[in-house]
Amino acid sequence: MTEHLASLWQSLAATLDDVMPILGILVGFQVLVLRRPIANLRQVAYGFLLVLLGLAFFLEGLERALFPLGRLMAEQLTDPAFLGLERADTATLSDWRSHGWVYLFAFATGFATTIAEPSLIAVAIKANQVSGGTIGIWGLRLAVAVGVAIGITLGSMRIITGTPLHYYIIGGYVLVLIQTGFAPRAIIPLAYDSGGVTTSTVTVPLVAALGLGLSSHIPGRSPLIDGFGLIAFASLFPMMTVMAYAQLSEWHAGRRQRR
Amino acid sequence: MKALWIQFLGSFADSARDFAPIVLVIAFFQVMVLGEAIPHLVEVLWGGFLVVFGLTLFVQGLKLGVFPIGETMAWDFARKGSLPWLLAFAFALGFSTTVAEPALIAVAEEAAKVASAGGSIGDTAGAREDYAEGLRYTVALSVGFAIVVGVLRILRGWPVQYLIIGGYLGVVVMTAFAPKEIVGIAYDSGGVTTSTITVPLVTALGVGLASSIEGRNPLIDGFGLIAFASLTPMIFVMGYGILR
Repeated sequence: MTEHLASLWQSLAATLDDVMPILGILVGFQVLVLRRPIANLRQVAYGFLLVLLGLAFFLEGLERALFPLGRLMAEQLTDPAFLGLERADTATLSDWRSHGWVYLFAFATGFATTIAEPSLIAVAIKANQVSGGTIGIWGLRLAVAVGVAIGITLGSMRIITGTPLHYYIIGGYVLVLIQTGFAPRAIIPLAYDSGGVTTSTVTVPLVAALGLGLSSHIPGRSPLIDGFGLIAFASLFPMMTVMAYAQLSEWHAGRRQRR
Repeated sequence: MKALWIQFLGSFADSARDFAPIVLVIAFFQVMVLGEAIPHLVEVLWGGFLVVFGLTLFVQGLKLGVFPIGETMAWDFARKGSLPWLLAFAFALGFSTTVAEPALIAVAEEAAKVASAGGSIGDTAGAREDYAEGLRYTVALSVGFAIVVGVLRILRGWPVQYLIIGGYLGVVVMTAFAPKEIVGIAYDSGGVTTSTITVPLVTALGVGLASSIEGRNPLIDGFGLIAFASLTPMIFVMGYGILR
């Protein structure tokens, strides 16, 4: 029991470290520059307290329940022993077709962690408010989650095949720019934002473990050089899926109107 | 009081639903694919409860505290009409929320290992620490810069695509010149810098600014700050790799 409390306390302290500079800036500018009393000060302070406690519990729970299991799993699924192979069997190990379970795991983890990502929930709530309800909270979150899932799956394939990262990323940029020309104008800033938002507290540790596991087990890959890049994939593809989501719903609405 | 409880239970159920997919994925792979039982089940259940409870509090706190403060401060800055102070605020917010970000600290340490393995810095703990710290400040600087430019964009009403295309070009050009081993880290540093508290706050700031200025649409002009803030770190980190 005391051990649980101690580690909960540690998470709280770590969250405090994270929140303090932000609070300092907010209070500093409010008091020294804006010099206006904050409306509903008590409610706002209570809100910040909830955010602080909530994040601490959230992180503590992830560290207890999810991350150890997820990391172990990423490690086991990428281990040659799981495929019943010898380490020396480099030809089969570097063949991207041998790793079906890894792709399924990458896809499923990418999707599921994104659904639980708190900052994405925040942006979806705001977008829903601002758009007067036309952008659905769930529509946006699902679109982003599918994007992250595709991104991480492709990213794992890239680690296995060893193709240079920048080919994919630059190619992805070109696609994003082309799609920007066709997507409804109102979704574009939100789509771009969803790229950066998605990779946060829940996704990064699990995805990093997957990249590390893959790059240390595939022959010829180095965890230091090839282990990176999954996050970049995960922030690229949501832009495309969110724009696609808007294009689809526009097309759907257009069809319904014509009828 | 009773209504409060019902509302709390409702949001608790929402959070449980948000967390359920991960639980299913992990359980499926553990039991069906790897064929093992879930270890320390009680511990895992307790952790799951903490996650759901924490998420519930967090979302409540966003609505009560973070969103309102971000938006009222944006309105107050707009009413005050002082551009230098607004930009100073934007920079401070970007810089300070990034420099202490745990994910960034972890990435910077990894990057230092890569650099010393690649021979671009000495193979001592001191050299690695210097390198990691330099990298951390570089990224924080780049996020501060991005929020400043992003705020200017909202004020002036520039379309977000122009900034993003410019940023992409920067990334492509820098990729050609940057040392090969830094490219992966640079690309990843874009995604990891925006933390769970920064995102809602910066979003509220953008939306607040866009709605306080006449002729700006909060949906078209208010979003986009995060996008630019995840692009500039890539450019700055590759620049750091070239200069070091």
